[in-house]
Amino acid sequence: MSTLKKCCCVCTISVIACWSYISSSQEPVGLGTPVTEEQLAEFDLIAEPDGGGFPSGSGTARQGKAVYEARCAACHALNGEGVSGNTVIVGGDMNSEGTPLRTVGSYWPYASTVFDFVRRAMPADAPKSLSDEEVYQVVAYVLFLNGIVGEDEILNAETLPNVEMPNADGFIDRSHIL
Amino acid sequence: MKKQEMEKVAGNGLINRRHLLGLGLGGAGMAVANSVLGQDLQIPEWSKAPGTSASAYGSRSSHAENMMRMAGNPNPIYPGGGSSRSPLQHLQGTITPNALHFERHHAGIPDIDPAQHKLVINGLVRQPLVFSYEDLLRYPMVSKIYFLECSGNSGAVLRQRDPDPNGTAQSLHGLVSCAEWTGIPLSTLLDEAGVLPEANWVAAVGADAASMGRSVPIGKAMDDSMVALFQNGEPVMPGQGYPMRLFNPGWEGNTSVKWLTQLKLTNESPHFRDETSKYTDTLPDRSSLKFTFPMGTKSLITSPSGQMSLNRRGIYRVTGIAWSGSGTIRRVEVSADGGRSWADALIDSHQSEKSLTRFSIPWEWDGGDAILQSRATDSLGNVQPTRDSIIADKGLITTYHNHCIQSWGVNSAGEVRNVYA
Repeated sequence: MSTLKKCCCVCTISVIACWSYISSSQEPVGLGTPVTEEQLAEFDLIAEPDGGGFPSGSGTARQGKAVYEARCAACHALNGEGVSGNTVIVGGDMNSEGTPLRTVGSYWPYASTVFDFVRRAMPADAPKSLSDEEVYQVVAYVLFLNGIVGEDEILNAETLPNVEMPNADGFIDRSHIL
Repeated sequence: MKKQEMEKVAGNGLINRRHLLGLGLGGAGMAVANSVLGQDLQIPEWSKAPGTSASAYGSRSSHAENMMRMAGNPNPIYPGGGSSRSPLQHLQGTITPNALHFERHHAGIPDIDPAQHKLVINGLVRQPLVFSYEDLLRYPMVSKIYFLECSGNSGAVLRQRDPDPNGTAQSLHGLVSCAEWTGIPLSTLLDEAGVLPEANWVAAVGADAASMGRSVPIGKAMDDSMVALFQNGEPVMPGQGYPMRLFNPGWEGNTSVKWLTQLKLTNESPHFRDETSKYTDTLPDRSSLKFTFPMGTKSLITSPSGQMSLNRRGIYRVTGIAWSGSGTIRRVEVSADGGRSWADALIDSHQSEKSLTRFSIPWEWDGGDAILQSRATDSLGNVQPTRDSIIADKGLITTYHNHCIQSWGVNSAGEVRNVYA
């Protein structure tokens, strides 16, 4: 092979190598399949403090009492006082003497989180077995036990995110520290 | 080298680390098992018959099977919930074997069929996308050695008013491990979906029974977060999120969502349960810190450590691990006198960012009382604090993110115990 040919070969190879490097590092592989938010309606369970992601339906504490007693009270007790430290969901005061009892009522900053968590993770032995309607009802009941909503207050996609929680201003955001 | 020639560099017997670098530790002070010296050696039985043949999937020596994770008792209130801790005092180097990597689950380990698993990217993107496992295997990947630490690790050291005399490196600090994680930079997948300018957060959700969610600021997500598919070269273990997990290097372990199935771009964080009710730090003034992400600069002597015993006077290799969620470990110092004097330890492993780093220093135990401590400094100049200073700063209402100096007391009987100093 002549020197010139050898040189061309090397050039061609390095051009190809260069091109494939660029294509793998800069061009997206692009294997994701497009999907619509409508197709994700059953899949996406995220309910946000600003009201995003809440399903249709509604519930009151009065309606939620029976659901709570059947599905929640085994661990959280009839009055929300729980059966162990982490199952207490009612009461507490962040400004009490000693170590404050931190519960849904005393600690959680957003009512949306209660809905989001119950819908995705509760009851612990059968998560996602409550209907959206039942989740609204049972969340209303837990907030009622905490004295945050009235017994007949209707919670739905519009009203629930607007429920003011006692400790809403109790948090300092450290997310700027990466 | 004679004992008397070894350079003492700090109180109570700490010897210059250079003696670990070829100068040798021989001589009168070296702890040796005298009883076996001077006997005639024989060819052992296992050298006289063929052993077992190769296997499809290896297992460790039957003589090393005592090296186990320590799991808590199952609690019927949290089916599948709980944790298991790495046996740090038995491990060397920096990599945690996959079967010994710590675990923390909120609703058990799902048995996921990768052919059915989906990873969705939706929310504030130009085009919501869904990926299969097979799709993701075709993407360019990176491999990085990173530690992972539960933000509840070492909490007992703060919670317990008196030190637990039975505490070990594993029982007190075993919720940290380190592995080579291989996966797709999260930015690659987010770029493909096209992140809209108003997206400030990535809400990550797992496919476990809790559908556990955590949110990650877009800055981290586009920096070094990855969708990890492999752990030390093999598919991530089921307990680590098979077939895929989010991995946020240096950050509290709970943010590295396992069994990852959804990444939703949002303007504000959704404030999931596990970033409001849990994993938040309530201070003495009753305000609470949320989104405390990088794990603190930390180190721990793994040997000698709690429940070990020194059976004769002489020279020991004091060794341990150090890490920082914000950078690399620049320096580790060791004290044998409860923090009155310090000597620089030898860094005898790689010093890569957000990974475990191994340190060692020779120490001559004279048979008296000693308190062994280590103190790490990272590349940003962050220095590991004492237990007292953590408590003074943050109080004891919550005990997440504890990175205080650990003290191991040695008494004249050679017993090593967890102490506060």
